[in-house]
Amino acid sequence: MTMPFQPVILITDALFFLLTAAIIAFVFMLRSRLHLKRPWQKVVQRKTGAVSLLVLLCYYSIALLDSMHFHPRLVNGMEYQDSSQVQSDYQYSNEILSVLDVIMTPMRIQVEKTFSAPLATQSLSKEMIQNDDGSIDRIYPRLEFGGAHLDNPATDKMNDIQSLVVQGLMKGLLIWMGICLLCLLVLGGLSSSGIAGYFCYVRSGQSEYPVATIALCLAVIIVLINISMTIGTYYHLFGTDKVGQDVFYQAIKSIRTGVLIGALTTLVMLPVAIILGSMAGFFRGWIDDLIQYVYTTLSSIPNVLLIAASVLLIQVYMNNHADSFDSLTERADMRLLFLCLILGITSWTGLCRLLRAETFKLREMEYIQAATAFGVSQFKILSRHIMPNFMHIVLITVVLDFSGLVLAEAVLSYINIGVDPATNSWGNMINQARLEMAREPVVWWSLTAAFIFMFILVLFANLFADVVRDALDPRISGGDA
Amino acid sequence: MISYIIRRILYAVPILIGINVITFLLFFVVNSPDDMAISQLGQKYTTEQQIEDWKRERGYHLPLFHNADSQGLDQLKDTIFYQKSLRLFIFDFGSSDSGRDISYDIKQRMWPSLAIAVPNLIIGLLVTISFALLIAFFRATYIDYWSVIICVALMSISTLFYIIGGQFIVGKLLRVVPISGYDTGLEAVKFLILPVIIGVISGIGASTRWYRTIFLEEMSRDYVRTARAKGLSETHVMFGHVLRNAMIPILTGIVVVLPLLFMGSLLTENFFGIPGLGSYTIDAINRQDFAIVRSMVYLGSVLYIIGLLLTDISYTLVDPRIRLS
Repeated sequence: MTMPFQPVILITDALFFLLTAAIIAFVFMLRSRLHLKRPWQKVVQRKTGAVSLLVLLCYYSIALLDSMHFHPRLVNGMEYQDSSQVQSDYQYSNEILSVLDVIMTPMRIQVEKTFSAPLATQSLSKEMIQNDDGSIDRIYPRLEFGGAHLDNPATDKMNDIQSLVVQGLMKGLLIWMGICLLCLLVLGGLSSSGIAGYFCYVRSGQSEYPVATIALCLAVIIVLINISMTIGTYYHLFGTDKVGQDVFYQAIKSIRTGVLIGALTTLVMLPVAIILGSMAGFFRGWIDDLIQYVYTTLSSIPNVLLIAASVLLIQVYMNNHADSFDSLTERADMRLLFLCLILGITSWTGLCRLLRAETFKLREMEYIQAATAFGVSQFKILSRHIMPNFMHIVLITVVLDFSGLVLAEAVLSYINIGVDPATNSWGNMINQARLEMAREPVVWWSLTAAFIFMFILVLFANLFADVVRDALDPRISGGDA
Repeated sequence: MISYIIRRILYAVPILIGINVITFLLFFVVNSPDDMAISQLGQKYTTEQQIEDWKRERGYHLPLFHNADSQGLDQLKDTIFYQKSLRLFIFDFGSSDSGRDISYDIKQRMWPSLAIAVPNLIIGLLVTISFALLIAFFRATYIDYWSVIICVALMSISTLFYIIGGQFIVGKLLRVVPISGYDTGLEAVKFLILPVIIGVISGIGASTRWYRTIFLEEMSRDYVRTARAKGLSETHVMFGHVLRNAMIPILTGIVVVLPLLFMGSLLTENFFGIPGLGSYTIDAINRQDFAIVRSMVYLGSVLYIIGLLLTDISYTLVDPRIRLS
């Protein structure tokens, strides 16, 4: 083996990849089916839809990058130290890293001693420093990494940051122009009017899609990423927390947790809700009674309490079976998966109820009667004729639930029944930062960072949900078409 | 009417049994009392005897369903299922894992919860309905468009931030009211102001948007057009017709949460140090007090079922078109 790393696939990673594959397959399926494609085209044609889709894609790709885990190879490994190690040429570290960690390496390893303000060059609190002549001063010590390249931070800092911003801006704009050019070449090459013709077509605003808005939004995203990465290499953009970790890095790492909770919970609950909901509506009789009874009972228990009870029990289980997990990361991963499962259990009932009612309505349709008359089997009627016709409800519910789940994660982590305390998540960040609000001077940056990243995700998820609902719901889209 | 209510109550019985079974399975079968004892006492240096004592003190030492050591009916009575789960049906919650009487605690802590939840609900309702009515009045203008966007933005902020931000601004910068604590009698009011205000503000986004949809739906009805055709002023149409009819879905939607007001809000009570049922539950979760969590799960479910029952009844009261059958 000569690989510089050894891949690790955690369970949530595997499920996340599966979900990604499913989404890609769905997109490809859409290409050939016009009646399914139309509503999604409508989504992208709306400015809000296009922008929010772009932002969500950005979050999703960060989460995806953060899900590609591996054991890095030790650089100065012990392979030459004794002969028994020769057969295994390389040593892999026990630490599990992700691709995102590699991209953000400077921010990951530049750990200060304790709190420091955003973009600071000095520590937040005074420290005793012994001078060469033995006298003791109480000063704000320089940070080990934040602005360490400056000789005279008091005067040079602003200029340095300004030049970093300009640097990031230039780099971002260059990348953006590259991407735009590439898109133009590919799309122009595909279109009949040629590249130049396509450019004129887009410029004159004839395109059905809000191209200018999309390009502008892309520019903003790329420039922001570049600026924050350039500054992040030399400074702590959002300061550091109690143990000196970069807050910006934490907030970015938390994206995976948030997106995963929103996405995996859906993946877990969908099969149950779809199968039970359609069966209850289709077969009626005792099956209907039974399924209705199950979901009424489950939904009668207040969600928070059911989640709290389940998580408590899982905590007990994991404490008593601590040996069965190889590493802390795996343990935290298991807990994240359990949390998704539990959230799934509490959230399938609503969708199941909707689908039951829809199936009830659909099975009275004439085309179903025709299918029955032709002797089509019940299973086939259900899968070919009923399920495709309530898929818009499923999609709308999935998108609507997403933002709620992201918010729920933060609240649950705050009351200690969410993700593992070792996992990076916005809820954990808030939980830790809350106690620091009482400090003087106030440590506000952890909260602010968690707030900004969470707010953007939830806001655009909400906006996207609105657009998707407008486009997919036949009752609404029928009205304005 | 009475026969309908009786039937609805009877219908709730199997659901209550189901909830009882679920809590029993969750708390005693998925994790045995041994697991609970170990997690409470710590895994290391815990002897069998300590675990046995812990269980005996709390009555968890009995077998789950069938006690072979007892005689006659006691074979079924001296079990965890009978002692812990069936007792819930008569609201006998027993004592918590730390030995306190749960029923007594619930009765004590109910009132602070209500003191926050009731004003929060009423003021919130008044504020959001006025906002929604105003937005509906300016429908299809820029005011409408931007109000909806602001609503979406407001509902995208986590409750945690409303509470932390509110505590920080009012309590620390303005220093008007205390940021946490509670007192008896009228003294409590000054502790209640901040949580209620924050509770109202954090609910504005979602509720206003929801009520706006209800109003707009109501405004597209035929009777509204008739009212306008009669020459009624727009204000009269809005308050006399639209508001009154829109109150049906709004009020019936609220009835379902009324009983749950007793349970209080987990977050608000925890942040503001109010000794209600919400903070009771959170403390129990943090202390891993299974008896309290189990009781709260059951109580919450019962209250929710009562809420559903009240909703069905309230429909028939406000909307004469709905007949019970």
